[in-house]
Amino acid sequence: MMGNVACAEGAIAAGCEFTAGYPITPATEVANRLAERLPQVGGDFFQMEDEISAIAAVVGASWTGRKSMTVTSGPGISLMLENIGFAIGVETPCVIVNVQRGAPTTGMPTVGVQGDMVQAKRGSHGDYEIIALCPSSPQEMFDHTIIAFNYAERYRTPVFILSDAFVGHMREEVVIPEPEKIKTEYRKIPEPGTDPQKIKGFLDEDVAPMPIFGKGFKAHVTSSCHDEYGKRNLIDISALDNFIRKLTNKILKHKEEIVLVERDYEGAEIVLVSYGAVARAAAMAAAQARKGGIPVGTLRLITVWPFPEEEIEKMARQAKRVIVLENNLGQIYPYIKAEAARCAEVSFLPPRLVGEIQDPEDILRKIQEVSK
Amino acid sequence: MSELVHPLHRFVRPSVKYSTFCPGCGDGTVTQSILRAIDGLGMELDDFIFVSGIGCAAWIPSPFFNADVLHTTHGRPIAFAFGIKMGLPDKKVMVVSGDGDLVAIGGNHLIQNARRNVEMVVLCINNGIYGMTGGQAAPTTPMGIKTTTTPYGTVENVFNISKLVMAAGASFVACWTTAHPKQLTNSIKKAIQKKGFAFIEVFSQCPIQFGRRTGVGSAVQMLEDYKKRSVTLKEAAKLSDEELKDRIVVGELVDMEKPEMLEEVKKMKSNVRGGVE
Repeated sequence: MMGNVACAEGAIAAGCEFTAGYPITPATEVANRLAERLPQVGGDFFQMEDEISAIAAVVGASWTGRKSMTVTSGPGISLMLENIGFAIGVETPCVIVNVQRGAPTTGMPTVGVQGDMVQAKRGSHGDYEIIALCPSSPQEMFDHTIIAFNYAERYRTPVFILSDAFVGHMREEVVIPEPEKIKTEYRKIPEPGTDPQKIKGFLDEDVAPMPIFGKGFKAHVTSSCHDEYGKRNLIDISALDNFIRKLTNKILKHKEEIVLVERDYEGAEIVLVSYGAVARAAAMAAAQARKGGIPVGTLRLITVWPFPEEEIEKMARQAKRVIVLENNLGQIYPYIKAEAARCAEVSFLPPRLVGEIQDPEDILRKIQEVSK
Repeated sequence: MSELVHPLHRFVRPSVKYSTFCPGCGDGTVTQSILRAIDGLGMELDDFIFVSGIGCAAWIPSPFFNADVLHTTHGRPIAFAFGIKMGLPDKKVMVVSGDGDLVAIGGNHLIQNARRNVEMVVLCINNGIYGMTGGQAAPTTPMGIKTTTTPYGTVENVFNISKLVMAAGASFVACWTTAHPKQLTNSIKKAIQKKGFAFIEVFSQCPIQFGRRTGVGSAVQMLEDYKKRSVTLKEAAKLSDEELKDRIVVGELVDMEKPEMLEEVKKMKSNVRGGVE
């Protein structure tokens, strides 16, 4: 199954009921599949007038209690960013799939590049935390979409799937479990009949119940600075501080439950750190190096945001040398270096050509170079 | 002595203690017309989800109305409202926002959803200026007017918003001014009951940012100006384009039946699922 199709199937398996999007290469197969599948299961797919309205409709639908997602690529994310900030600010569960492509600007649509990694974390204005997962195979396009929905519902926040054209268009076997074996989560909502004036529906580090629309909760939902009751406050900076900190702490406090990594570096002196499609090349190079007697391991980041500092530090304490691999000019590298450089020597290996995944032979050469 | 309570006070969010509108603002008149229409239809605020954007008029439902309210980003309330209506097809969805929000930055969402004819009420409060940010020119500011961003006078033609939405395909379009509160209330009632995209433009005075700058004057003078410039559809039919240049054509401009999007979605899904609703 194609990675993008697996993503759509993952959304259905997770209980997605609403998708709004706008056509863009290389994400179209996700939208096409959902346009066909959602009405079959009672859900809705809508093609909107642009990506701005796509994310807006997704947020609106999520406030009616429906599990919602959108899918696009870098140019679409650029348009969505203001409303992604809105979704964070009013704590709206939703999934945003970014099948990354050659960039900047209109770039090269059919080529996979990990070019929007920091955009997901820093693209919308202001301080915020986000959750982002990086699948490296069609199976993970399926699995991670389910995890993304569960995280979105559990933490009332947008969750990114940062895929790329390689993983999206890759075809591999995908195992889809029986529906009853798939764990799906749904947001907490206030007890029906609660006095609307007493509902604290926002800004709880342990995630406030969501006063979804149509249930008589009389929710006042504004992305302007507000308090726990949703009441706007545009005067008091301590209210702004509370607004920012509660939203960020809501994610950071639960970081341990959110962070997923794949560790394979026991006894290794050199560790290759990567994520997404590049991790496949890293694993291959590490295996070859070990065959040749060099103790090389790998650390694959599945959760890139919130950034797994603790995992990087743990790895760096053991490794002597760390090589960071990304299909870009070094977006997550500075974050990894900041943690790892205290304990290990850290270097970066870009692909020979951006848009081309590192050749395992090149990685091996780099390993030999740093192990001298 | 019993306390005097406004008959519409039950619709106001209990935590709201005062209005944030400037003295003389037309938004109070529009607020009353909306609430009188809902009251007149025997409906409750729980029957509605209100959506607004950015600007003074967006503050009508947020925070005043004791209902589910989504106060969105600038220009996008109709796009958010689309998702809400699809999620809660049995609720009434009402968008309340200004001309800058709905027609300048958000113009595409306005025309696309009028074209889709998705059932919702959209109230566009047209004050002809950006009030909240301090009197900048809007696509509705008459040519030649000096504003804070057009110190030498505006050099652009204006949008005729109602005509735009009519052309885009809305099934109900009305236009009134704050000098026509009763007519406005009646049109809001019709819009709420309309199975389709129901759009109402309301010319509303902003004495602080518009009246003062343009010399039209106070709220009262602006209302008198609206009365003077308003012509009914019937009268307008006899006038040339040149004669209509500075006039406001008031009335219910469109009220027709055409396929509504939610109904079409329902039919499509029922077909896909072999008759299952």
